[in-house]
Amino acid sequence: MTSLLKRKRARVDALAESAGTSLAADAVKRMLRSPVALLGAFLVLLFLVLAIVAPFIAPKDPYQRYPELLAELRPDFIPGAQPGFLLGGDELGRDFFSRLLVGAQQSLVVGVGATLIGLVLGMIIGGLAGAFGGWVDSWLMRFTDIMLSIPSLLLAISIAALASRGSQTTVIIAVAVTTVPIFARLLRGAMLAQRHSDHVLAATALGVRRRTVVFRHMLPNSLGPVIVQATLTLATAIIEAASLSFLGLGDPDPSRAEWGLMLGNSQRYIDVKPELAFYPAVAIIIVALGFTLLGESLREALDPKNRR
Amino acid sequence: MLQFRTARRRWLAAIGLTGVAALALSACAQSERTDDSGSGKVGGTMVFGAAGEPKNFDPIFNDDGESFRPIRQMFDTLITYKRGTADLAPGLAEKWTPSEDGKSWTFDLRKNVKFHDGTPFNAEAVCFNFDRWFNMKGAAAQSQMIYYGDVFEGFAKNEGDAAGEPVYKSCEAKDEHTAVLNLNKYKGAFPAAFGLTALSISSPDALKKYDADNVAQSGDSFTYPAYATEHPTGTGAFKLEKFDKANKTITLVRNEDYWGEKAKLDKLIFKIIPDENARKQELKAGTIDGYDFPSPADYNSLKSDGFNVTPRPAFNILYLGINGANNPALKDLRVRQAIAYAVNRDQLVKTKLPLGAEVATQFMPKTVAGYAEDAQQYPHDVAKAKELLTQAGVSNLTLNFYVPTEVSRPYMPNPSEIAAVIADDLKAAGINAQIVSRPWNGGYKDDVQKLGKHDLHLLGWTGDYNDAGNFVGTFFGREKKEFGFADQAMFDAIAAADAVVDQTKHADAYKQVNRDIMSKYLPAIPVSHSPPAIVVSSKISGLVPSPLTDERFDTVSKG
Amino acid sequence: MLRFIVRRLLQAIPTLLILSLLVFVWLRSLPGGPSGALLGDKATPEKIEALNKVLGLDQPIYIQYFKFLGRILSGDFGSSLISGEPVVAEIGRALPATIELSLAALLFAVVLGIPLGYLAASHRGRFLDNSTVIGTLVGVAVPVFFLGILLKQLFAQDLALFPPSGRQDVTIDPTHVTNFAVLDGLLTQEWDAAADALWHLVLPAVALGTIPLAVIVRITRASVLDVLNEDFVRTANAKGLQAQLIRRRHVLRNAMLPVSTTIGLQTGLLLGGAVLTERVFVWGGLGSLLAQGIERRDYPRLQALLLLAAVVYVLVNLLVDISYAIIDPRVRAS
Repeated sequence: MTSLLKRKRARVDALAESAGTSLAADAVKRMLRSPVALLGAFLVLLFLVLAIVAPFIAPKDPYQRYPELLAELRPDFIPGAQPGFLLGGDELGRDFFSRLLVGAQQSLVVGVGATLIGLVLGMIIGGLAGAFGGWVDSWLMRFTDIMLSIPSLLLAISIAALASRGSQTTVIIAVAVTTVPIFARLLRGAMLAQRHSDHVLAATALGVRRRTVVFRHMLPNSLGPVIVQATLTLATAIIEAASLSFLGLGDPDPSRAEWGLMLGNSQRYIDVKPELAFYPAVAIIIVALGFTLLGESLREALDPKNRR
Repeated sequence: MLQFRTARRRWLAAIGLTGVAALALSACAQSERTDDSGSGKVGGTMVFGAAGEPKNFDPIFNDDGESFRPIRQMFDTLITYKRGTADLAPGLAEKWTPSEDGKSWTFDLRKNVKFHDGTPFNAEAVCFNFDRWFNMKGAAAQSQMIYYGDVFEGFAKNEGDAAGEPVYKSCEAKDEHTAVLNLNKYKGAFPAAFGLTALSISSPDALKKYDADNVAQSGDSFTYPAYATEHPTGTGAFKLEKFDKANKTITLVRNEDYWGEKAKLDKLIFKIIPDENARKQELKAGTIDGYDFPSPADYNSLKSDGFNVTPRPAFNILYLGINGANNPALKDLRVRQAIAYAVNRDQLVKTKLPLGAEVATQFMPKTVAGYAEDAQQYPHDVAKAKELLTQAGVSNLTLNFYVPTEVSRPYMPNPSEIAAVIADDLKAAGINAQIVSRPWNGGYKDDVQKLGKHDLHLLGWTGDYNDAGNFVGTFFGREKKEFGFADQAMFDAIAAADAVVDQTKHADAYKQVNRDIMSKYLPAIPVSHSPPAIVVSSKISGLVPSPLTDERFDTVSKG
Repeated sequence: MLRFIVRRLLQAIPTLLILSLLVFVWLRSLPGGPSGALLGDKATPEKIEALNKVLGLDQPIYIQYFKFLGRILSGDFGSSLISGEPVVAEIGRALPATIELSLAALLFAVVLGIPLGYLAASHRGRFLDNSTVIGTLVGVAVPVFFLGILLKQLFAQDLALFPPSGRQDVTIDPTHVTNFAVLDGLLTQEWDAAADALWHLVLPAVALGTIPLAVIVRITRASVLDVLNEDFVRTANAKGLQAQLIRRRHVLRNAMLPVSTTIGLQTGLLLGGAVLTERVFVWGGLGSLLAQGIERRDYPRLQALLLLAAVVYVLVNLLVDISYAIIDPRVRAS
């Protein structure tokens, strides 16, 4: 195994080592003092709230084409702001503002969907490896190493391109697959660290069943780094989904309002109405930034080195 | 100067306005096109933005516009088109005369014409070309002669499965400047098909010297001989200088021995820029002088920056296909008529298709002989659509609407958006059209044309030459999975119309076919004819857009 | 050292074989295929069927795979369906373009990133440090392609400072030697060609280099901070060594280890980002080949590209290992 890969793994494993040693309360206290963490938390919270309430506060139906907007719509002209339509229309005569709001929800679906699938698959693989060790471990890890060795965007592009047709599901899966090896390594590393910790050794010595040890002791204590990674993954997942849309590999359904898709579909209207590309892009950047800030400060808060 | 100031304002505005309501930006004054006819300046270099690489330069082995664009500058056909129209005009042949039964064509050839290699163009050269095509060996080569296969159907020895009985019989050089072509049967495609760029005449010497017939299989594809890649030798106004594949430029130079009026430009460079936005930006930056098929979305911005956006006369058709094979409701004519009434084609054309696009009333554009003015029309009428559905006893109709992605064609600049609009219109009439997207090269054509999985689909056609058979005959001349529609009477009527040799009667027969298709059969719904445009900078003059995209740059001048 | 390299190379062979099989089977199982692409828009299903036979696509998949493998071993990767040119020739031209772009991006990231990271670390907690850290976080959050579009719109279209796309102007007519446009210009002493190529390189390199820049800044900052806390630096300080000497001899040298690894890791990321950047700037490199190949379903090209990606990744890993061994003698020993 090349040492480059070793390094890549080492980064993941370093995060895993911090598992179990964290005291949640301690970490939270440190985060509350950090302005970066607060900003990240605020942006993420804003996004979550928006995603939940968007359909209720959207002034118009985001899927309907409005005659007021259609009247002026031309292939080379898209109506701007007018009464009732805060940001004017989109390329099909729908209310751009409402679509932008609802886009939060769809983007959350993509981000969370991809992260969750990656997380679950990764946790199954990593959990099995961590719980059993031995040849199960070495085989599963060889598999994840191969996946880890392919640049993630290239992998996502290949999967999306090779799927027989684009859809929201293929985008989610393509992005999810690229995150599997990271989660798998992470959980495995965290659990391996646990295997030799006192409370696990004690439980094993007391004759507690392996399943109970794994689920009651090892897994819960390994979750910290996984949560950190999940937060960071959410940011990259949304960006990667947008990249796929830009390459024309996204969901081809033009009625769906999702930021990455809106950004991808608006390329041809960049001179007609740059806002169509600009606002979704800014939304993506803000959300990605929010998750990154939160994830990074979580990581720092959980890092035992910072406890001095 | 004005050009980038407006653009900058837009962008800075957009950036500055994050989170605030956007400004509506009014377009600047539109420039009027100055038509400086007459003789333009001689000399100079024009750079034209191409969308893709040519496959090769041998006319017979090509079928796509990106290959044909450079080929058209280097080669001539026996019959050509009057500039800017689809009407026939003398090319390398000054006159062409069919025999009574249409099975024999006599071409009186132009004199004093030379190929780029200096060899003379004569009747022998013409026959050499036709014989070369007819006797082509190897399944690989035959499979790539797409237009030849379409028109002449078969070869001396068919090596692929798809070929049929050859239409071509023989060619004789009666004298130096008279060639007679003998056919096994008459086809409505003649004489228009003799104008196909694929049937351009090459120098026999060069064909032999550069091993032109040697198309070899390489993996899942083919490689072409030196003739097709480096030494195309025709009679055209320009000659190939080089194809720089690293910089993606094709450089042509003026043919000083051209038989007609010499080209005005010294050099004509085609620069391959696959990205639509990049072509636009290069034009605005002044690094290219023009490009093909600007996106309809850019017309306004290009015009306001002083560029000349010229639409070609539309010679295409976009249709909403109906496949009655899967859903029995679609076998009822009233249901198909209801769909026709339900789609607001006027609004679609106005809001989503390029300036100058028209609603199609039948399956061919007005300029084709056989177009029927009085064919039944289906104006947008939701009430009528609902009524027809009720009469047919159909409710809650749910249809799978197949739509191609990853494709843009002159007749459908953006299929996904067009489909979304149509589906929305159908919903208003109570028809639930569920959009199923498939990549154009990744299954769409298979699903629609081979497997017939769809109920509705979006497709179109750009005419190859001015003949009604090239439109309706292609769509409805026989039973196809695409339409799942089998009415022998319709097939027979089209075959009968195609067999009429007399031009007037030929057209009349097709007019009746069109009327019947629109009222009695309605196997699909014609949607629109979109004029594909070409855009050039204000320095360029003399470019005549052709409905067949058959532009020749010899009349173009820069300065 | 030689044995070490040979062993690594041998280890890669089974991985590549398995990958080739996966890629092949996957591509073959997809709808649409070479025949449809070769026959163009007006192809009928019957003609596609016939061409499938000619191309041998109607044979069992394992036979097709062995034939494919045989062809590959003899160096024949087939011809592109789009350009009709051998895929190897296409890649031969596109690879230098991508390497040139990636190197320029990496150069931009390293030259700017290491000093910035060092500065941030030496001003820890102060304004310069905080704004650098925030800047790196924002840099990672911006989608590469959007940054490219933005740069192009502002600096190429609106301000007209840089060319909007391509590698060289059409009027240049350069001589191709290595297909590295800048290098070719220098080799043939066509100075205008070199300058023009360099000019075309600026915007794409900045767009592609931004994420690596952000990462390098952060790693440099972190590892400099780590090293500053190490005992030997404190010892050196206590010994009264000159600050500059400490910086040069101890801090930078030791901090460079993780930084060089990070630079290696970024090459993978660059390849991914290159697909997007090249698309935006119509760069004509591997990314463009790939994107166009995907759009037009050019299977021979995709097969070759995916395999090439695997080979390159293995090689880059190897190179990093070697450079690692050179920088740090301990690695060589173990």
